[in-house]
Amino acid sequence: MTNGWIDIKNTDMMLIMGGNPAENHPCGFKWPIEAKKTRNAKMIVVDPRFTRTAAVADLFLQIRAGTDIAFLGGLINYAIEHERVAWDYVKNYTNAAFLIKDGFQLPEDGLYSGFNSQTQAYDKSTWNYEEGGNVTNSAGAAAASGGASGQSSQRGGGAADKGSSGGARSGDGQQGPLGGGHQAAGGPGAQGTGAANPAPALPSNVAYDLSLQHPRSVYQLLKRQYSRYTPRMVSSITGIPEADFIKAAELFTSIRNDGDMKKAATIIYAVGWTQHTFGTQIIRTAAILQLLLGNVGRAGGGVNALRGHSNIQGATDMGGVFDILPGYLKMPNPGDADFATYLKRITPTPSKPSEWDSYNYWSNTPKFAVSYLKAMFGDAAKKENDFAFHYLPKIDRRYSWVEMWDRMYKGEIKGHIAFGMNGVMIGPNSRKNIEALKKADWLVVCEIFPDETSEFWRAPGTSPEEMKEIKTAVYRLPGAGFAEKDGTFVNSARWLQWKYAAVAPPGQARVDQEILARIFLKIRELYAKEGGKFPDAILNASWSYSKPENPSLAEVAKEINGRALSDLTEDSQPGATIKTGQQLPGFAWLKDDGSTACGNWLYSGSWTEAGALMQRRGTDDPSGLGIFPSWGWSWPANRRVMYNRASCDPAGKPWDSERRQVWWNEAAHRWAGNDVPDFKADSPPQSHMGPFIMNPEGIGRIFAPLAAFAEGPFPEHYEPVESPIANPLHPKQSINPVIKLFNTDLDKYGTPEQGFNVVCTTYRLTEHYHYWTKNNPMNVQLVPEPFVEVPVELAREIGVEGGQKVRVSTARAQYVAKAMVTRRIKPMTIDGKTVYQIGVPIHWGYRGIAEDSGKTSLNPVNLLSPTAMDPNAYTPEYKGFLAKIEKA
Amino acid sequence: MATEQTLQIKEISAHRGPVPGSGAVRELEVAKLVDVTTCIGCKACEVACVEWNDHPFRETVFDNTYQTMPTTEWNYYNLIKFSETQRDDGSLMWLMRKDQCMHCADPGCLRACPSDGAIVQYTNGIVDFNQENCIGCQYCISGCPFNIPKFNQTTKKVHKCTLCSDRVGAGLEPACIKACPTGCLHFGTKQDMLQIANARASQLRDDALFPLPNAGVYDPQSIGGTHVIYVLHDITKPEAYGGLPANPRIPPSYVIWKYLAKPIGLFIALMGLLAVFFHYIFTGPRLSQPEPTVEREEQL
Repeated sequence: MTNGWIDIKNTDMMLIMGGNPAENHPCGFKWPIEAKKTRNAKMIVVDPRFTRTAAVADLFLQIRAGTDIAFLGGLINYAIEHERVAWDYVKNYTNAAFLIKDGFQLPEDGLYSGFNSQTQAYDKSTWNYEEGGNVTNSAGAAAASGGASGQSSQRGGGAADKGSSGGARSGDGQQGPLGGGHQAAGGPGAQGTGAANPAPALPSNVAYDLSLQHPRSVYQLLKRQYSRYTPRMVSSITGIPEADFIKAAELFTSIRNDGDMKKAATIIYAVGWTQHTFGTQIIRTAAILQLLLGNVGRAGGGVNALRGHSNIQGATDMGGVFDILPGYLKMPNPGDADFATYLKRITPTPSKPSEWDSYNYWSNTPKFAVSYLKAMFGDAAKKENDFAFHYLPKIDRRYSWVEMWDRMYKGEIKGHIAFGMNGVMIGPNSRKNIEALKKADWLVVCEIFPDETSEFWRAPGTSPEEMKEIKTAVYRLPGAGFAEKDGTFVNSARWLQWKYAAVAPPGQARVDQEILARIFLKIRELYAKEGGKFPDAILNASWSYSKPENPSLAEVAKEINGRALSDLTEDSQPGATIKTGQQLPGFAWLKDDGSTACGNWLYSGSWTEAGALMQRRGTDDPSGLGIFPSWGWSWPANRRVMYNRASCDPAGKPWDSERRQVWWNEAAHRWAGNDVPDFKADSPPQSHMGPFIMNPEGIGRIFAPLAAFAEGPFPEHYEPVESPIANPLHPKQSINPVIKLFNTDLDKYGTPEQGFNVVCTTYRLTEHYHYWTKNNPMNVQLVPEPFVEVPVELAREIGVEGGQKVRVSTARAQYVAKAMVTRRIKPMTIDGKTVYQIGVPIHWGYRGIAEDSGKTSLNPVNLLSPTAMDPNAYTPEYKGFLAKIEKA
Repeated sequence: MATEQTLQIKEISAHRGPVPGSGAVRELEVAKLVDVTTCIGCKACEVACVEWNDHPFRETVFDNTYQTMPTTEWNYYNLIKFSETQRDDGSLMWLMRKDQCMHCADPGCLRACPSDGAIVQYTNGIVDFNQENCIGCQYCISGCPFNIPKFNQTTKKVHKCTLCSDRVGAGLEPACIKACPTGCLHFGTKQDMLQIANARASQLRDDALFPLPNAGVYDPQSIGGTHVIYVLHDITKPEAYGGLPANPRIPPSYVIWKYLAKPIGLFIALMGLLAVFFHYIFTGPRLSQPEPTVEREEQL
């Protein structure tokens, strides 16, 4: 989340989409309710089903699964057409005014410029800013009165006036007449020094037009891109009736009515957005909409991802993804010949109008990386050996979930450790995962219950004869449950909160760190004894815990926070020193000379000399904004709302005087606030430093340049891999052009022509938690059996009544369960034809109380879902694939 | 059941004579407020109830609904009732109402109960069952206008929500309230709960964009009000919320039984006794008659 759970209470408007928080985050859902009750906030819920969240919404729209970009793109179009735009914010805090290179083309036919159909990849050199600085004046005769032209009225002009810094320094900030702007602006842009150079780097002095009139300005391109997303088009893609869409668009954008900046709207989502072959781009569309409306960085605003596991945020922060190291440092690859090459590749340089300033916080990457290596390898990491950079693995290919199992199925991956997750159940196309495990040499499962992965050999359809043929050696390790271990959870709001063990693990069960430590120590012993291809990284790994075979998590947490390896001083903190061995107070103290060690720079400040800040339970909230600065600890630097500089106007004054998060204190010449300012503390508004300090531009990216995303700088609606219709925007390029499908005998994809004409989506229930509460009688009592939610009309068509069994088939498998016949899913009209949606909760498999007592059909739901994934985040498409349904 | 030190008994079923300690301490009436308009049906209250009361699990079966089971049970006091309904404009509503004992001011169960001390009503409004005095006649079940008390076939006793009288007696809120994640459940004095409920209902009625003109508070006066009150989107259609009666009444048979048939019966019984007595006085005891043996022999 850019904001946090409690902050939702500050909102005026909620768009909940791609998530069902009442179902999956009932505790956090108290804050949307709070906003409704205390602020009269309005809640719009958009979902393929009328959910528990929808039950308390003010407005519910039923959308076809996988058409979210069309809906959000329609909202962007509506906001632009109705001038519900935060002009000051957009001009000063986003790249709306930046010019894009000549030759860049919008995907009117479904493809951006630079597509190579052979490699199915883009040459992204045109997806870049133009070099050249301010072209605002040359964009046409400056009209001081402004506002008469196309996009903006007086509000636009006034906005630029108030934008004291940027506007004043870079010209008068007014837009000229539309036509003149177009013609004149082409010249200076083309003459820009870097314009002819297609080098794949961002220019250092970006060309920009504060009138936003230049045809190659990001704003004009955005306007053109989404002008195709008319209410009619949105309706024909999403199935939402046109009038309903307009009602929602009017309501959501109403917070920026007449350009008033007081109100804030939040967008709340979860895996209903990520689990598509264009999931990342759905979130991008939401981010663009929120930037356009000026909602990012503000109390009650933001783009807020709800994490689906209690510590999935922590897992991600700590590098639990194949292509990142802790703290979102990029993973080295074989091209990184040495540490310097690696750092140069991953450390961005500022790219902005030269009159503006950019903090470009990632410029500190070398400090984070060196401190990380010091934490990993201790004294073995020295300047002379590139801080042991070569001990890190260099990834030569993608090790994403689906690709990993694909390789196991092809016999390339020989073993698998499943630690606290149920691989057979999690991935799409479960049959392929089960078959893959049959081909592996060994499997280690650490769990608290016997699960489908550790018993993959008894998956339905495996005959006793076949079971005897399976050679995979399976080792089961008894893990500890969540209440049996201490440590931290990092929640969706980025809070590190310490928890204590309630009971000891039973029997032979062991806490995770003991199991991992014992494996590690054993492996190290073997390397020490027998040598090996590359023992150095293992032998030199820092392992200085007081109990090496069972490290205390307090020690690990302190190691992650980081400490000084020699006495430190810091220019930005005059007078302060940190003694050797002391815990670091925060990441501002990290050094790139090897004098600091820090396991994850983002967590630096969580366990300092002042103690374990992550263990705090202070309930003071002086501002009343739900900041609770002394409760737990929030990364980064204990700030609760990220990019909070954007909660102020360019002059440093809060947009809303009642929700004051941070502000510029002229007397002290510093940023002050109720929250920790997410900004360079002494950068005055006049220097026009952008609030989005993690981007090299310093501003929010409406246009995401170069290689930021695989399929384009603006999101475009593509159909799911299995779709009931051809994409109404461009039928010839129906699906995401850069995704690559898999080609083993078990990777099958269905089409409507084959009879798969029902849209199927999968989800969780509040009564169950993934695949392990099916072992708990309490949860089983609440929802005892698997089911399929079927619209009344469809049930009638196939002759099924509630409680009777149905068979759901996809190109890959069949799934049998009882039907829940409901009015909560309605038939939809998509591109002129009637389309049904069904939904299947994911919780049941072939081990559990109901399963073991013979009450279910023993099918994992993910037998149904396709092996297809998002090209940016590699998340599989569990939502919105094609199925057929019949009475079983 | 709570200890008598913490809760004052106001009335005792089928108990003649004064209620011990009645009127000694004046206590505020408590109430549970369920804001149905913010309930998300998460069932945390169901789980908390089962856990606090240490209830054994019961087997459930899929029944074409998210609802855990059709009705409350002797070991399941608290059940969210899920109902799909449609507004007049055709839009869908998915209503989720927490169903449990309403703790009526005029409790039908207590009226119907023939066993001394099996059902009590505390001065704070809680109606509580005392299983050791329960004779298993199940009159309370038919006396309840909300279909709440349930019979345990094994123990032959009747059970229902106690409003956590044990917790409330110790100064705690009921378990369901404690577990509610959204704050749709409130607990406090009846007066406070009514105030919060009415404020919420008027907020819903007066909303500028999405007004609910019929929003209101369910506190049925036909049984003297209840100690569980609801905020409903539409107070004119309580039946839509899983069969909440618009005008709950204690079945007349029980009123007749208790206030008419029972006294009359007792009166008739008394009359019978009196008749016997006076018969004895005026007629005297029945004397043995001489046996007419001679005549019989003669006949033979």
